[in-house]
Amino acid sequence: MGALPLPTLDQAVSALRDGATSSRELCESVLGRIDTVDSRIGAYLYVDREEVLADAAAADRRRADGSQLGPFDGIPIAVKDNMAVRGQPLTCASRILKDFVSPYDATVIERLRSQGFIFLGRTNMDEFAMGSSNENSGLQATSNPHDSSRVPGGSSGGSAAAVAGGEAIVALGSDTGGSIRLPASFCGVVGVKPTYGRVSRYGLVAFASSLDQIGPLTRTVRDSALMLDIISGRDPRDSTSLPEPAGGCASCLSAASVNGMRCGMPREYFEVEGLDPSVRECVENAARQLEAEGAEIVEVSLPMLKYAIAAYYIIATAEASANLARFDGVRYGLRDSEGEAESLLAQYRLSRARGFGDEVKRRIILGTYVLSSGYYDAYYLRAQKVRTLIRKDFEHAFTECDVILSPVSPEPAYKKGELATPLRMYLADIYTISVNLAGICGLSVPCGATESGLPIGLQMLAPALHEKRLLQAAATYEAIRGDL
Amino acid sequence: MGKGPDTSHIDVRYVADLARLELSDDEIKRYEEQLGDVLHYVDQLGEVDVSGVDPTAHAMPLTNVMRDDRESPGIQRDDVLSNAPASLEGGLIRVPAVIDGEEGA
Repeated sequence: MGALPLPTLDQAVSALRDGATSSRELCESVLGRIDTVDSRIGAYLYVDREEVLADAAAADRRRADGSQLGPFDGIPIAVKDNMAVRGQPLTCASRILKDFVSPYDATVIERLRSQGFIFLGRTNMDEFAMGSSNENSGLQATSNPHDSSRVPGGSSGGSAAAVAGGEAIVALGSDTGGSIRLPASFCGVVGVKPTYGRVSRYGLVAFASSLDQIGPLTRTVRDSALMLDIISGRDPRDSTSLPEPAGGCASCLSAASVNGMRCGMPREYFEVEGLDPSVRECVENAARQLEAEGAEIVEVSLPMLKYAIAAYYIIATAEASANLARFDGVRYGLRDSEGEAESLLAQYRLSRARGFGDEVKRRIILGTYVLSSGYYDAYYLRAQKVRTLIRKDFEHAFTECDVILSPVSPEPAYKKGELATPLRMYLADIYTISVNLAGICGLSVPCGATESGLPIGLQMLAPALHEKRLLQAAATYEAIRGDL
Repeated sequence: MGKGPDTSHIDVRYVADLARLELSDDEIKRYEEQLGDVLHYVDQLGEVDVSGVDPTAHAMPLTNVMRDDRESPGIQRDDVLSNAPASLEGGLIRVPAVIDGEEGA
């Protein structure tokens, strides 16, 4: 792909501070890059050029008269199309929200706005974040910037592709079962899923409320740390957000070391059928590099891995079927039944039938089924108990190690249309899903590529609330790995 | 699942009715096949011994989360109504009549 013309977030902060660049220059180079490559990549669903340039001019004026909002003032950011930015469309890549405009800011957006970030536009995703390839977008196809015939991963595929394609300095995504880490891995960028409750979900369109978490997609580990320091922390508008103090992620990186750190390799993760040899080799090589740097590599066991996908698809679809009940064509969203629906009930049924895409309907059906009378205990309650066992698996593993190393996905980015059945697509999430069920934090950091140049990600996991340890391990690895 | 109801078949038409979702015959047939595969796969949860295990609803449970009892600005009504597919004067959203004999509201 050649060198990316954009600075990292950290570089942009320095360049703005030193007067080496302006917000206008940064925004123009991002918009120029979108003009050049987005017809091929398709990362964005919406870009408001005039608004972006007006915001950039305002940021430059603030900097000129000394009233800047902080070091990030004037830096543009891309946002996945499931987080509310006041005055911008919010579609979740669904026909049912095609014309929806957010009347308010999500908490993460409010925090970024108060720092002077500029909201570039909306990135494509699998509809309502349901998918692992972006092929379930109801509005647009997105291609992997490294190979247009392949998927960018999902569901935050537009955000990952925008950063990888040099169309954004940083982006926000959301991760319910791997939706940040998987596209980060497929596109060769860094993506972090924070501990459940670290980042407020207020203003994030709910898919599965007990699993959803917002996080950054960036070019470097340090950039992700900078983003986490801004977006993390308790929010009275999200009762599941954690009271523990957040922040300090970026400043802790200067002392980053893996000397004496115990890195666990879960035996079962390397016995997965269909694990691509190039993925295995890259991950094992990363472990050797960490070992040479003073880390201790230990084998751990996470025997519940084989049940994680089954438990996830019961719990996530059950929660989704309840969350998506609000889309009924009454207060907002598509109402495609004028003159046809003789009753309110018919209007619900038709609006939902015409607004939702195939995968969303399938998951609503599955979720409604597992919650329905006679099946609740057998499916939903049992899955919640298995979820407890998955949590305990990690608790036990983390008594034997400090971080866990694993692949992000069994395979690098696949061809569009290649995973033709829903079940095959679900199985590709094997390494990421249990992390959401357990609520712990994890990330994907690039660790190599296939012979044909497709990126491969290393997944690193740490216990709940241990983002600092996670980022220190990842930053150390990134430094010893060098440029890819 | 090991014990309990027959899980080899999902009656998609019935479930779609519960979910307020109009489906075509073709969709019903397709979802029955595809979700049959998925249900067959998730049946393996029946192997797990879950006796005495508490369910997890939230991985990081918090209880009794209260906020201060204080007014704060909300979203304005006009802003909310701007997304309504059909509205009437006076801040009302129009829907098909629910009660008989109330035509021409």
